[in-house]
Amino acid sequence: MRRSYSAARFGSQKGILMSKKFTLDDLRELMRSSAGVDDSVDIDGDIADKTFEEIGYDSLAVLEMASQVQRTYSVPMPDESTEYMTTPQLAVDYINEQFEKAGV
Amino acid sequence: MADRRATPVITGMGVIAPTGIGRNAHWQAVLAGKSGLGQITRFDPAKYPVKVAGEVPGFDTKARVPNRLVPQTDHWTHMGLSAAEDALADAAVDPAQLPEFEMAVVTASSSGGTEFGQREIERLWANGPQFVGAYQSIAWFYAATTGQISIRHGMRGPCGVLACEQAGGLDTLGQARRLLAGDIRLVVAGGTDASLCPYGLSAQLSTGLLSERDDPTDAYLPFDADASGYVPGEGGAILIVERDDEAARRGAPNYGSVLGYAATFDPPPGGSRPPALRRAIEQALADAGVVPADIDVVFADANGNVAADRAEAEALTAVFGPRAVPVTAPKTLTGRLYGGGAALDVATALLALGEGVIPATTGTSQLADGIELDLVIDRPRQAELNTALVVARGWGGFNAAVVLGGPVR
Repeated sequence: MRRSYSAARFGSQKGILMSKKFTLDDLRELMRSSAGVDDSVDIDGDIADKTFEEIGYDSLAVLEMASQVQRTYSVPMPDESTEYMTTPQLAVDYINEQFEKAGV
Repeated sequence: MADRRATPVITGMGVIAPTGIGRNAHWQAVLAGKSGLGQITRFDPAKYPVKVAGEVPGFDTKARVPNRLVPQTDHWTHMGLSAAEDALADAAVDPAQLPEFEMAVVTASSSGGTEFGQREIERLWANGPQFVGAYQSIAWFYAATTGQISIRHGMRGPCGVLACEQAGGLDTLGQARRLLAGDIRLVVAGGTDASLCPYGLSAQLSTGLLSERDDPTDAYLPFDADASGYVPGEGGAILIVERDDEAARRGAPNYGSVLGYAATFDPPPGGSRPPALRRAIEQALADAGVVPADIDVVFADANGNVAADRAEAEALTAVFGPRAVPVTAPKTLTGRLYGGGAALDVATALLALGEGVIPATTGTSQLADGIELDLVIDRPRQAELNTALVVARGWGGFNAAVVLGGPVR
């Protein structure tokens, strides 16, 4: 059964996002709060084009991050999301595409 | 194939228990009879018939578990990871320096990740399936602690989990011995459990064996005329097990050795065949090549329910004779820790062998009729200790017994 999430329910987040794109810093925040960050990884460093594997993210961690995007922003993230999100930069690009498709 | 006669020795231990964190804190509390039982604080137990448990005091998850692994794993795995790290440090082992396929991890788990699972079920019911985290797929699973220890330390030999309730901790030593008889040089064994959440406690209530007394000082009185059930607890112990020759060669610490092991399974209840605990004890002694008179102390299963206490006392008396060997159950200070329980008993027994002191069974004061045991109560007893028997029973029919030899001096 699919559930739908009303604009009212996620109104505040949507309101903020209306005026700005999803950024690498948003992703960093999301990573901290979803799958966590390895002590040995400098998440604030130059991670944009490193593979997720290089920064200690396995497929399950990327999947958790994708579902966190879905929960936080009420933007659908299809099952195949993780195939496109192989680096933080590609993830940011993909998430912004999903924002556009959803009209946020 | 390696020499099958090699004896497994315990070279490191990591203890995380209601009696304290670290083997020294645990041992001091055990000697002092300092109880870790109290009112449940991990959730409000007001609506539950069981309100007393053994919780691990001051377990700082953020300080003890790698950042990444905190949100990915259950409280029980947090304690397992932390105990494994302590045990490896205690054994002075750097896994990075050893061949990855010659190290194995075998832990016991009885409940899996119930607290984690409860949180995700609450999200499912409150918000919908999209709100269930991806890590639920691995965090609840009985093998999660074994898997996370294996990944964290690069141990890629044969790994496994034994779900034999309270007997499981002894069974991990049996499995460690099998592996060490082959090409494996080091096994991370033992176990932890942590099921003190509403869902986990409710599942435990179904056995009808838990004590419903609210006073921690009389809730768990094994072998006592006033026994009322047992108190559940969290935590356990992780043990590093190596071949004696290899351990001696690298000058590893030596807490003692596994001289014998056996496991049996009870016949169905209601039949004419007796419970199989006695057989487990006899087979473990035979396996160790010792006779009952060689055993200096018995660490009992100590279920705390009248019928189970009597069955255990009968098995011990049948093997040793009435009041012929000192028996103790310091688990009265922690409650029964399920997958972690027998592993902690082994740690305590090894420390007792090393110090020549039998810790006391606290609380119990008046043995029930028909319990013909020399139970060590009130205070620890000094004794010449060379060999100990540890006995464990798991809900559902599991029995296991391990014969331990003291440290090589």
